[in-house]
Amino acid sequence: MRKTMTSMLAGIGLVLACGTSVYAQDKELTILWAEWDPANYLQELVNLYEAETGVKVTVETTPWSDFQTKAFTEFNAKGSAYDMVVGDSQWIGAASEAGHYVDLTDFFNKNNLKEVMAPATVKYYAEYPSDSGKYWSIPAEGDAVGWSYRKDWFEDPKEKEAFKAKYGYDLDVPKDFKALRDIAEFFNRPDEKRYGVAIYTDNSYDALVMGVENAIFSFGGELGDYASYKVDGIINSEQNVKALEAYKELYSFTPPGWAKSFFIEDNQAITENLAAMSMNYFAFFPALINEASNPNAKVTGFFANPPGPNGDQFAALGGQGISVISYSQNQEEAMKFLEWFIKEETQKKWAELGGYTASAKVLESPEFQNATPYNKAFYETMFKVKDFWATPEYAELLIQMNQRVYPYITGNQGTAKEVLDSLAADWNATFKKYNRVK
Amino acid sequence: MATAVMTTLDPNSRSAARGMSDLTIRNLFIIPTIVFLIVFNIFPLLYSLGYSFTDFRASSPAPANFVGLQNYRELLNDPFIWSNFAITAKYVIVSVVGQVIVGFGVALLLNRDIPLKGLLTTLLLLPMMLSMAVVGLFWKLLYDPSFGIINYTLGLASFEWLSNPDMALYAVAITDIWMWSPFVMLLSLAGLSAVPKHLYEAAAIDRAGSFYTFFRITLPLVAPILMIAIIFRTMEAFKTFDLAYILTSQPTTEVISIRLYKMAFQEWQTGRSCALAYIVLIMILAITNIYVKYLNKVKER
Repeated sequence: MRKTMTSMLAGIGLVLACGTSVYAQDKELTILWAEWDPANYLQELVNLYEAETGVKVTVETTPWSDFQTKAFTEFNAKGSAYDMVVGDSQWIGAASEAGHYVDLTDFFNKNNLKEVMAPATVKYYAEYPSDSGKYWSIPAEGDAVGWSYRKDWFEDPKEKEAFKAKYGYDLDVPKDFKALRDIAEFFNRPDEKRYGVAIYTDNSYDALVMGVENAIFSFGGELGDYASYKVDGIINSEQNVKALEAYKELYSFTPPGWAKSFFIEDNQAITENLAAMSMNYFAFFPALINEASNPNAKVTGFFANPPGPNGDQFAALGGQGISVISYSQNQEEAMKFLEWFIKEETQKKWAELGGYTASAKVLESPEFQNATPYNKAFYETMFKVKDFWATPEYAELLIQMNQRVYPYITGNQGTAKEVLDSLAADWNATFKKYNRVK
Repeated sequence: MATAVMTTLDPNSRSAARGMSDLTIRNLFIIPTIVFLIVFNIFPLLYSLGYSFTDFRASSPAPANFVGLQNYRELLNDPFIWSNFAITAKYVIVSVVGQVIVGFGVALLLNRDIPLKGLLTTLLLLPMMLSMAVVGLFWKLLYDPSFGIINYTLGLASFEWLSNPDMALYAVAITDIWMWSPFVMLLSLAGLSAVPKHLYEAAAIDRAGSFYTFFRITLPLVAPILMIAIIFRTMEAFKTFDLAYILTSQPTTEVISIRLYKMAFQEWQTGRSCALAYIVLIMILAITNIYVKYLNKVKER
């Protein structure tokens, strides 16, 4: 703990140092984001802005596991170190209700962004509360969960034959969750150090929950009624019980030691020849078609999250919108930057650099859809996404879900029904505590 | 005591020549420390005690409401919190007992004339000097089921040290034992070298067996200093955060400080987390007190 304190003090020192540099040069903007490839692409994009206008924009990054903590520590202290933040979609309730984000409704309406950006991105990254017509962010990085797979394993004639003999249908990209399960079981061969599938299991933030959401949403389930906060009978519905059981079964086909895995591990499963299929955000797929980071780049294929038993097909939403922080000293400059950011040519450039634009026009363009092997799957998925709760107390809901679901998935504790019934009770108690329900 | 300090100022010293009184010098040294302590320790301590009776959230501009003992009541009724405490207790016992056995054992081995004793002792102290975070990251690699060196050496194939809910806490404790046994060893060595040699000689003359010598001479004489090592290690193990946080995210390794961190900085339940911090503080104080009482008893003997 003492070390944490020291690093916190160091962090405060750093923040102070950054803060003073902002005062020293008024034509400078700082954007906070998490540490991942898209942040590097954004830095490349904003370098163009500097070339055009002379305003220097810096993208500051912090590891995903600390991102939420660091951003909210800064917001709560009303710090002006950052002018904008590319904040996670679930934050929007907490950050807007507490007044950390500048209200962008006028900007949104003036530029008709409701039409310009893809509908799901407006609904989940920008608007809070749901259907209120109040907007707090500009959709910046669209993202959702998709799958990568080993084309060479799938197309091997011997494997195809053995699969057909065992399951009675052709081995191909899974058409539904049942096929996903069968293929995972088929390729799971611990004695060959090959495993069926790589899924999200890390419970330190939202990884495991998003993994489970992929099953729940495609099985036709919901987490709750986001308007009335009703959860009983919804989160513990029959579909959700089946979905959770299906996710748990997938866990039994994962490589050994797969109980704390997120995007890094899931990409490694493909690059290190560990698994036949791997769940991951589209944002991490550029690394998989790059031969420098994936020796199997040529034989890696992609597919969208498959439908469940009733044909429903959805995926967990990732991605972020960009918001102006209320405590920034450079809000006017930040708004000018956003004007530039939403231009169609900027969005096109953003997509070319590797960012996942939310601009509907760019997404629909054939250039975008044919640019990579996964862009088409991404485009299709972005119209079938759902997200976690965005209420200010989402972090408590997330931790409660981790507490209930994780021991069941990785440690065989309880049944899916018991787990979800308890979760419904936990969530209900939390909503009561915050007077969302009576 | 104060007068003793005042009388020892040398009248020929430079401070005396500058006309500084003893009192000025004393204040010069003590006041900054006291101010520092008050600002960074005492004030937050009292302030957070106040918060522990409110529903304050640092993430929200809403004013804090006084809720009385509600936070304490709800925390002590929360089965998850109790399981966190049970995990912490198990961790403290495994880790401290392990450190005392290994540390004291190594100290006994080193407490004799062997070549390169100084170098050996220094090398054995190395783990203690590393950063917790670095140790955590290293051991995560060592424990890896696919390529970790531990499974390779022990021939355990793909045994899952950190993903196995029953094993994970022991894996964290083993890392902690590796890191902090040298601390117990160092203190034990100091204690062992202070045991008068003539006692052993007398025991040898009386033909006392080695077990008898150990339990009747060595252990009682080293006990006070060993107790100090145990107090320190218990307090540290109770507060442990870094190792468990970095190594694994199993619910079976969620010690109380990890739960506290999540409550305070992920959920932003500032008031409630203050209450939990106070519960932890009281527990540590109580345990330390029992130890100190026992230590005094041992000293009196």
